[in-house]
Amino acid sequence: MDRSMQKGYFGRWGGSFIPEVLHQTFVELRRAYEDARQDPAFWQEYVELMANYSCRPTPLTRADNLSRHFGGAQIFIKREDLNHTGAHKANNVMGQGLLVRRMGKKRVIAETGAGQHGVATATMAARFGFDCTIYMGEEDVARQRPNVFWMEKLGATVVPVKDGARTLKDAINEAFRDWVTSMDDTHYVLGTVCGPHPFPEMVAWFQSIIGQEARLQILEQHGRLPERVFACVGGGSNAMGIFQGFLDDAEVQLVGVEAGGKGLDTGEHASRMVGDRAAPGVAQGYKTMFLQDEDGQMLDTHSIAAGLDYVGVSPILADLGDSGRVRFEAATDREVLEALTLTMRSEGIIPALESAHAFVQAFKEAPQMDADQALIINMSGRGDKDIFTIAHAFDDPSWKEFIIRRGEEYAGR
Amino acid sequence: MNLQSDLAQRLEEKPILLMTHLVLGYPSFEVNREVIRQMADNGVDCIELQIPFSEPMADGPVILKANQDALARGVKVRDCLEFAAGMAAAHPGINFLFMTYYNIVFRYGEQAFLDHAARIGIRGTIIPDLPPEEGADFHARARAMGLAPIMFFTPTSTDERMREVARQGQGFIYVVARRGVTGAPTEMDAGLAAYLQRCRRATDLPLAVGFGISRPGDVAMLTGKADMAVIGTATIRLVDERGPGAVGEFIASLLAA
Repeated sequence: MDRSMQKGYFGRWGGSFIPEVLHQTFVELRRAYEDARQDPAFWQEYVELMANYSCRPTPLTRADNLSRHFGGAQIFIKREDLNHTGAHKANNVMGQGLLVRRMGKKRVIAETGAGQHGVATATMAARFGFDCTIYMGEEDVARQRPNVFWMEKLGATVVPVKDGARTLKDAINEAFRDWVTSMDDTHYVLGTVCGPHPFPEMVAWFQSIIGQEARLQILEQHGRLPERVFACVGGGSNAMGIFQGFLDDAEVQLVGVEAGGKGLDTGEHASRMVGDRAAPGVAQGYKTMFLQDEDGQMLDTHSIAAGLDYVGVSPILADLGDSGRVRFEAATDREVLEALTLTMRSEGIIPALESAHAFVQAFKEAPQMDADQALIINMSGRGDKDIFTIAHAFDDPSWKEFIIRRGEEYAGR
Repeated sequence: MNLQSDLAQRLEEKPILLMTHLVLGYPSFEVNREVIRQMADNGVDCIELQIPFSEPMADGPVILKANQDALARGVKVRDCLEFAAGMAAAHPGINFLFMTYYNIVFRYGEQAFLDHAARIGIRGTIIPDLPPEEGADFHARARAMGLAPIMFFTPTSTDERMREVARQGQGFIYVVARRGVTGAPTEMDAGLAAYLQRCRRATDLPLAVGFGISRPGDVAMLTGKADMAVIGTATIRLVDERGPGAVGEFIASLLAA
């Protein structure tokens, strides 16, 4: 069978590898999604909600200091950090929230790695009046206490997942285990452009608002299209979001930047499209490039950025990689901290560690480009709210001293 | 004889058949061997041999942990295939089926996996994350080779869906007794009986009912309504708590009720 003609397939990737008990749930979800997609009023309501609740359209900031520093292309930054809850994740959850309301369900569940998607889902649930349960790997719960704090304060139940590597992929498995029990009244708000059809396509649709805005903004500010667009790629939702604004413009290079971790040759990374540790596989309901061993068992991954620390990649991006439409690169943990420092000092902007991966590659390429050319970096999220993670990554001595003192205070010493 | 005829023949002699399950390499192949011997000696008809996978999304905590422990001990797919070959040869009276997740088959190669399974005397495959839409080719090839692809009915399946699913199946239908994952109890009530009647109308294949079947009373209740009871998590729990020696008595008690 020619898989590329089958719904939910992108070239040879994607599909819907789900247990039979979820078949009917997916039939209904696909119907609700397709109805919403046909209904112009749905998208209009979505855009209005995002304007009123999440500061959209987010600005496209001209980074003159960085441009001067590299002496090449004019650098523009798409400010997804200015969304409510500080990242592009808000786009997807609010869109799915509208869909859940349309389907008449009363409860939402979600997985989260760093906690970004969990916090975003918890805000959405609070706003729409849904019950909310968030699955989060035990290791991530320990690493990301501030996000757990906010999810709980927003009224969500956070369930630490103690199985497997106790990270994002295990949280996804656990969310599916909840869903096969609770599907009658519960929707699973998958956080990225992965998983079984229609999730990749549906999440990409909600995130396409980034690219739609960025295209208009660059034409207005620069007078023509950018030469290159850079985005970090974990699951791939922010990348798909901005890339969709330029997919049909063959002259615009699209560059996805994966987590190079401690280096592609160390085995401690999360790069699926570059490096040689990933292979085609099927897990978590879809077919893509997975970091796995020769038997098909998933490998442990590493990244300084929890949001990129994942074994699979969007089937849509895997296909765009096959066709050459998207070029993939990797940035190491060390390069990420350097790019983060430079961006803070030059522009007063604090990217999330995830987003800083895109900055690394843009900084490598900017000097080779001409002064009349533009590049866009998608800044998927802000870093200042991740102060515990970033201060730890910088190994900052005065921060550590503060934490030790606060710890002693809490311990009553 | 194909699996369906074999089961039909067995059903002429007893009111309900039994399928049991174990995770290969958990807690060890030695224990697996002893457990299988006790199962065979006490009248089990089919045994699911689960090849461990790192992401067993349809399994509950007990089987999930068994998968992880087996992998942590270094169990490889080739070890599982080798062990299964030995068991199939040692116990010709048992129908052995491979249960696993699709990535294991995909990585091994669909055809290579089927060839290997057929060669060592495996009778069928149970792959919970390979629905008819994705598995049409694989299931057709398996059927052509006489390896029964086992399909699932669930309480959420419509009548139409059941008929559609059954068309790709052979051997028997795995009837999931309730929503959820493996391991939690199932209430034996009027709703279940009506559901089983609905399953019966949708197919001529024998019905094997699993998920939450753990006590003699559960098996007795299924007798007359289903063709085979599937015991999964319960034996793994038993071996964890009381060792492989307890399995024979447990199996015998299920059939005595």
